[in-house]
Amino acid sequence: MAEVTKLIHKYLRHEKKFPHVWCPGCGNGIVLGALIRAIDRTGFTKDEIVLVSGIGCSGRMPVYVDFNTLHTTHGRALTFATGVKLANPRLQVIVIMGDGDATAIGGNHFIHAARRNLNLTAIIINNNTYGMTGGQYSPTTPYGALSTTSLYGHIEHPFSIAELAVTAGAAWVGRGTVYHATLLDQLIEQAIKKRGFAVVEAISHCHTLYGRTNKLGGPAEMMRRQKELAVRVEKARTMSPEELEGKITIGVLVDRELPIFTQEYQKVREAARGAVGSKR
Amino acid sequence: MPTRTPIEVSIAISKAVQQADVDVIAAYPITPQTHIVEHLSELVADGELQAAFINVESEHSALSAVIGAAAAGASTFTASCSQGLALMHEILFIAASLRLPIVMVVTTRALSGPISIWNDHSDIMAERDIGWLQVFCETGQEAYDAVLQAFRIVRDPKVQLPMMVNVDGFNLTHVIEPVYLFEQEEIRDYLPEHRQLLRLDIDHPLTMGPVGVPEVYTEAKKQVDAALVGAKPVVLAAWQEFAERYGRFYQPVETYQVEGAEIILLTMGVISRTAMSAVDRLRATGKPVGLVRLRLWRPFPLEELRNCVRHAKIIAVIDRHLSLGAHGGPVCLEVRAALYDLPERLRIFGFVLGLGGRDVTVADFLEIVDRAEHYAAAGQPEEYSLIGLREV
Repeated sequence: MAEVTKLIHKYLRHEKKFPHVWCPGCGNGIVLGALIRAIDRTGFTKDEIVLVSGIGCSGRMPVYVDFNTLHTTHGRALTFATGVKLANPRLQVIVIMGDGDATAIGGNHFIHAARRNLNLTAIIINNNTYGMTGGQYSPTTPYGALSTTSLYGHIEHPFSIAELAVTAGAAWVGRGTVYHATLLDQLIEQAIKKRGFAVVEAISHCHTLYGRTNKLGGPAEMMRRQKELAVRVEKARTMSPEELEGKITIGVLVDRELPIFTQEYQKVREAARGAVGSKR
Repeated sequence: MPTRTPIEVSIAISKAVQQADVDVIAAYPITPQTHIVEHLSELVADGELQAAFINVESEHSALSAVIGAAAAGASTFTASCSQGLALMHEILFIAASLRLPIVMVVTTRALSGPISIWNDHSDIMAERDIGWLQVFCETGQEAYDAVLQAFRIVRDPKVQLPMMVNVDGFNLTHVIEPVYLFEQEEIRDYLPEHRQLLRLDIDHPLTMGPVGVPEVYTEAKKQVDAALVGAKPVVLAAWQEFAERYGRFYQPVETYQVEGAEIILLTMGVISRTAMSAVDRLRATGKPVGLVRLRLWRPFPLEELRNCVRHAKIIAVIDRHLSLGAHGGPVCLEVRAALYDLPERLRIFGFVLGLGGRDVTVADFLEIVDRAEHYAAAGQPEEYSLIGLREV
């Protein structure tokens, strides 16, 4: 307990910014804890980290932590982060977003950030709904699920965020849940250490809205569900698509060495310099 | 005998949209607009409104989808505010220039930054030049009526423009007020069916949104302006008929105690009620104070405004938006320009208050009247002042 408190006091703006706005039982606190433990293990100082967020419940996270923080507009966190990273590549830029934030209004930025492969860490908390505005359906609300804007069942099909990141070209993609907190710590740590665009999808729960509307119980029941549905990626590879239907694959989905934008850019600069030199 | 129903103003607005029998609603969640659209999604899901409802991936997409639907001839509705309205910015102009009869409710809210979800007019004041008709509401009844009237106005073949109904976020949208709600048959004759002249049609194909080369761009813009200014008689007729049928009378510029008033407060939106209380108090002490409220904002009610204030000496214009780097708030600047040509010159002072949700009180208006009098007596230049600014 003492160790936990020490860590909290080291990284949180505990004297200024509390109490927080999240509902009791929300998974956001677990993601925040995992993020802090992961950063602590990487050995980066607080001032080397920039935590960037958009708008929504997840958007409040930078308010509570004692890093460099940038709280931006809805869906645009990754674009602000792109600017930060380009201006000062020495900064460790971590972007925290929600499912609506990252894949609806910011969906365009998300796939292009993955394709561009800057050395950024993107953490997306996926709770299947817009929690802050009252539980409307989001791009990850499952087909048939209830929400305040799909009272008789949702008629659209959801994105699978981690798979979307893989397809869009991210160098490293992992998925965890807030139930598997230790794994989440490890995934975030690896994502931060990874050279290239790294995405962590953190499956969470909104018991206040999504859970209540769909009669999924409270936080404990919803987390138990995460436990029951989760399949390690290694095991998932041995299973058929039918067996994997409705399951949550957790672990590292992809880890590949891809040319990073800043390195490629440096090559262009050198080539251009060479070309100018030869003309002289 | 009709009775008033206690109802959340957002829900009353949704009811008006339902009664206007819209075909397509597209929106994206944003506080404090959410209750309006959420209730509409419920009405659609329950089969009480035969319309298509889509919760799209951004406000930009919401207005784009609504424009697409309107271009195909549908009666359309959307609602937004603040960052959402700002994200719609480039599309707002297109709705007007394509001459599409869209109705939208803006639940006015502050713009970032700092991030604020609370009420002021900074979002809507950035959208003054977009070519939409715009009204500001003071009460829940007015918001409900204004939405119904908006559908009537935009459906008039002489108008063919989009219209915004601006309702103060939280301070009006989230309060429960007594509202006279219509039975559907009561408004059937007032509200015409949606029939659109210009629409994408298999039998009569047309091109929408082509390039305007320098030889035609100016004329195209002039046409939209002429249509907007020319919509005023339609607005007045719609309000007149509404008054005759239902007994609730609306004017482009509303007045309170302006007879014999030497000092006039000029407000917009829900704070006008608070200003009325201040006027009552000052009148009780014998001070000749009156209130003018701009209801119609676009097209600007130039003549009506001049007629209401021409006998006063001092006008205190209230802005709920700080026009950074300008010589006062936008409403004050427009009012000053509108009154410049009056034969008797008025002293016009601008006051900015109630930013980012800060409470606006009766005491604020008492202070404004006091300051305006003092400035006029001291021959002070007509600069704006912030009310309730704390020293930091």
